[in-house]
Amino acid sequence: MQSAFEDVMTKLNAKELWDFPGGIKPEQHKQLSNQTPIDKLPLPERLYVPLKQHIGLEGHVCVEPGQHVLKGQPLTKSMNPFAVPVHAPTSGTIINIAPHVAAHPSGLPELSIEIASDQQDQWIPLQPMPDYQQRGKMAILGAICDAGISGMGGAGFPTHIKSSPKKTVEFLIINGIECEPYISADDRLMREHAWQIRQGIDVLCHLLEPQAVLIGIEDNKPEAIEAMNVACRENPRYQICSIPTKYPAGGEKQLIQVLTNREVPSSGLPIDVGIIMHNVGTCFAIADAIFSGKPLIERVVTVTGQAVHKRGNYWALIGTPVAHLLAHSDYKAIKQKHPVTIMGGPMMGFTLRNNDVPVVKTTNCILVPADRELGGSITGDKEQPCIRCGACADACPASLLPQQLLWHAKAKELDKAQDYHLFDCIECGACAYVCPSEIPLVHYYRIAKADVRIEQQEKQKSDKARERFERRAKRLLDEQQAREEKHRLAAEARKQAMAQQGNDAKDKIAAALARAKAKKAQLADNTEQNTTANQAKSAAVTQANTPEQQPSDTPSTLQGSADDRLATGASANDRVQAAIARAKAKKASAALANDKLNAEATLPASGTNAPSSQNIETPLPTESASARKPSAVQAASAEKSKEKPKNRVDASKNTNRVENEGIADEALPKASVSNPLDEKQQKIASAVAKAKAKRLNNASKAESSQTKAAKPDTDENKAESVRAAEQIDSSEDDTQSDALNAKKQQIAAAVAKAKAKKAAQAAEKGE
Amino acid sequence: MSISIALLAMAALALIFGAILGYAAIRFKVESDLLVEQIDAILPQTQCGQCGYPGCKPYAQAIAEGDAINKCPPGGDATIKKLADLMGVEATSLDSAHGQEDVKKVAVIREDECIGCTKCIQACPVDAIVGAAKQMHTVIADECTGCDLCVEPCPVDCIDMLPRPNSSAAWRWQLTPIDIKQVS
Repeated sequence: MQSAFEDVMTKLNAKELWDFPGGIKPEQHKQLSNQTPIDKLPLPERLYVPLKQHIGLEGHVCVEPGQHVLKGQPLTKSMNPFAVPVHAPTSGTIINIAPHVAAHPSGLPELSIEIASDQQDQWIPLQPMPDYQQRGKMAILGAICDAGISGMGGAGFPTHIKSSPKKTVEFLIINGIECEPYISADDRLMREHAWQIRQGIDVLCHLLEPQAVLIGIEDNKPEAIEAMNVACRENPRYQICSIPTKYPAGGEKQLIQVLTNREVPSSGLPIDVGIIMHNVGTCFAIADAIFSGKPLIERVVTVTGQAVHKRGNYWALIGTPVAHLLAHSDYKAIKQKHPVTIMGGPMMGFTLRNNDVPVVKTTNCILVPADRELGGSITGDKEQPCIRCGACADACPASLLPQQLLWHAKAKELDKAQDYHLFDCIECGACAYVCPSEIPLVHYYRIAKADVRIEQQEKQKSDKARERFERRAKRLLDEQQAREEKHRLAAEARKQAMAQQGNDAKDKIAAALARAKAKKAQLADNTEQNTTANQAKSAAVTQANTPEQQPSDTPSTLQGSADDRLATGASANDRVQAAIARAKAKKASAALANDKLNAEATLPASGTNAPSSQNIETPLPTESASARKPSAVQAASAEKSKEKPKNRVDASKNTNRVENEGIADEALPKASVSNPLDEKQQKIASAVAKAKAKRLNNASKAESSQTKAAKPDTDENKAESVRAAEQIDSSEDDTQSDALNAKKQQIAAAVAKAKAKKAAQAAEKGE
Repeated sequence: MSISIALLAMAALALIFGAILGYAAIRFKVESDLLVEQIDAILPQTQCGQCGYPGCKPYAQAIAEGDAINKCPPGGDATIKKLADLMGVEATSLDSAHGQEDVKKVAVIREDECIGCTKCIQACPVDAIVGAAKQMHTVIADECTGCDLCVEPCPVDCIDMLPRPNSSAAWRWQLTPIDIKQVS
C-alpha cells in the first residue's frame, strides 16, 4: 500500500527520507569537471541533427538540401502527439539529408540533417510568452512541444505528454540527483542557472497543479543545493531535499522510493502513483522556451575523463560532432593505446563507434577514460565464470535476481528470464559493478531484452501476415464466386436473348416459308383446279413436310418441292385421294400432338424447355408452320407445328390467293440470306430443339398406345402407329421416292447431329 | 433394511454430485484454442510453402495430424523448439530437404526493369506488392514476409531478395561488433 500524502509530507518536513534496496557507492570523480563554469564552444563547421532524438516518432522533414535556415528554425514537423520537432542549432545551409552515424550503441546510421554553419548564428524571430499564466494550458503545452523539448535526463520522453496527465498529481519531483560518476552537467546548471530552473518549475506547476514540489539533489552537490535554496526561497511550496549519495538514486523509480516510499508498479508509470518527475535540464529548457521563446537547440555536456586535459562543462549545440567537443578540450587520441569514447556515464553510457556521432538532446556526458581508468568491466574482455556469490542480488536496486536472469539470458530462455522480471531491470549496471567475476551482466540483459522485443515485433508481424494471408484467401474465394455467378447470369441472359432472337429469325423464316408453301399450294391449285383437293393438298404439304422436319429441314423442303413436282405430274384423282389420306393422317397426328402437349406439361423434366417451346409455338398459328427450310432450328418447330394443323391449313389457304410462284422463289433465298446472321444462335437452338424433339418423340410414343385404344377408327390407323414411322410412310406415299428420301433424311440427320454437337461445344465454351 | 438405506443414500449422493459436476462442466467450460490455431500461432507466417504445404495454416493442420515439425526453414530452430514443446515431441534439427534457415530477407523490385505484368502481385501470398497492369510495381517492405514466391513468376527477373537492413530499433546489442569506419 502506498504511503499517504500527509505521511510523506510529515516525514519530509522532519528531514527524514526512505531508502531503496541495493545500490552501490562508486568513486564520484565529479571534481574532474565541476570546478569550472559552463564554457561556450566555438561554432562547429558542420552539424548533424538526427531526426529522432527521443522516445516516440520522428517528424517529417520540412526543409530541403540547399535551403538556408536560421538558428531555431524547425527542421521537422508532425501532427503525431508523440513526435517533437528538431530545430536548426545555428544559421547556415542544409548540405544533406542522409543517414549519419547515430548516438546509439549500435552506431547504425540514422536519417540526419547536415547543416553547414554560416558562422552568423542568426536567430529566427522568437515568440516568448512571459504571460503564460494568462494563456491556456494547451497554448503552453503547444509551445513546449514546438520547442522540441523531450526529457533530458536520459530516456527522452516528450515533455508535453508528461506534462498533460489525466490523473491528479500529488508530487512533482525535480530530479537533480545526477548520481552517475563523472557527470556534472546538472550540477553546474543548478549552480549557474538556478533561477531559470525555478522559472521552469513554475511553468510545470502551472500545468500540473501538484500538491507538493520536491527538488531532489544529492548531498555531494552542496553548492547546487544552496543555489536552488536561494532561487526557491520565495516559494515555500518548493522543498529542496538533500538525498544521500548512492548510485542509482537518480533513477526515476529509486528517487520516488527515497522521497515518498511509493513503488512504481512493474510496467507502470510514476503517474500511476500520483507522481510526475522532470529533470532539472528539462526545467531549464522549458523556461527557455516559455520566457525567451528559444527552442531546445543546445544543452550542457560534461566532457571528462583522465584522457582529456581541459575537462569541464560546455554549452554544446545539438548536432555538434563529439570530435568537435573533444578537439576543444585538448584530447589527444594518439597518446592512448585503446582510445575509447563513452557517451553517458561510466555505468550506463555506451561506447561510441566513432567521434562523428552528434550530441543529441539526451547527451549529458562525453567520457574519455585513460587506458586503465575504468578497469575491464566496460569492454567485457575480463569475464570470468559466475561464482554465485550473490553480490549482484544485494546491489540490485530493483530487487531482482541478476544471477537467475544471467542464466536464462545466456541460455536464451527468454520466457523464464521474463518470469524473473527482466523488463524491470533499469540497466543501472550496479550488478556488473560489484561482480567479482567482471561479468558484464547488463550487456546480457540488454541482449535478452532486445531479443524479446524483436520476438514481439516478429510476432506482431507474423500476426499481420497471417491476417493479410487470410484476407487474401477470402478475397480470392469471393472473387471466384462472384465470377462464377457472373458467368452463370451471363449464360442465362445469353440463353434468353438467343431464344428471343431465334424466335425473331424463326418468325421471319416462317413467314417466308409460309409464302413459299402457299405458292406451292397455288401451283397445285392451278393444276388441279379443285378447291377441296387444294385444301387437302396444302394440308398435305404441311403434313408431308412434318415428318422430315425431325431429322432435318433441308431435305424436307427439297422433298416438299419434289412432292409438288411429282404431284403436278400425277393424276388428279390419285392426288386427291392421297391428299385426303394425308389430311386424315394430319388430323390424327394433331390429336396425337395435343395429347403430347398435355403429356409434356405434366412431365417435370420439361420445366426449362416448356417456355421456349411455347415461344416457338405461338407464332405458328398466324404465320404458318412451314418455317423450316434452311436451318436445323426447325427441327423443333416442326414438332410443334403438328399441334396446330388446322390453323396452318387456314394460313396456307389465306396466303394462297395473294402469292404467286415468283414471290415464293424470292422468299426462299431471302430467308436463307437472313439465316447466316443467326446461324450460330440457331445452331445452339437446334441443339436444344433436337433434345426437345427427342423427348416429345418419346412422349408421343408412349401416348400413341393410348391414342390407339381411344381411336380405333380404320381411317386413323396410320396415326395409331408410331408417329415417326407413320410420317415417313405418308411422305413416301406422297412422293413415291422412298430411297431418295431415306438417304436425304440420313444425311440431314447426320448434319443436324454434327451441328447440334458443335452447338453444344460452342455453348460449353461460352460457359 | 439398513443395507438398502445405505445404498439409497449412496445413490442419492452420487446423483447429487453427478448433477453438480455435470452443471459445472457446462457452466465453467474452458474455451481453449484448437491445436491447429496454437501451432499456427507459432509458425512464422511467411506463407512461403517451403514445407510443402500451401501456407502456414495447412502445415499447422498437417502437424496437428502428425506430420514432422522440422519442415519450416523460415522459423528455424526456434520454431522447432516451440513446436516440440507444444506437441510434446523431441526437437529435431531442421529438415534440409525443405531448405536452410536464412537471414530475414525482403523482396525488392528493380523498378526501372519492371514491365508491369502483375504476375508477382498474383504470386504474393500477403498482398505486399502494389502495382497495376503496365505500371511499375513495388514491394511494401513492411508487409513482405520474404517468402521468395514472387521471384519465380517474374518474366524479366527484376525481383531481388535482399537481407533486411539493420536498424537501431531491431539491434541485438552485439558484444563484439565489427568496427564501423567512415570511408569518406
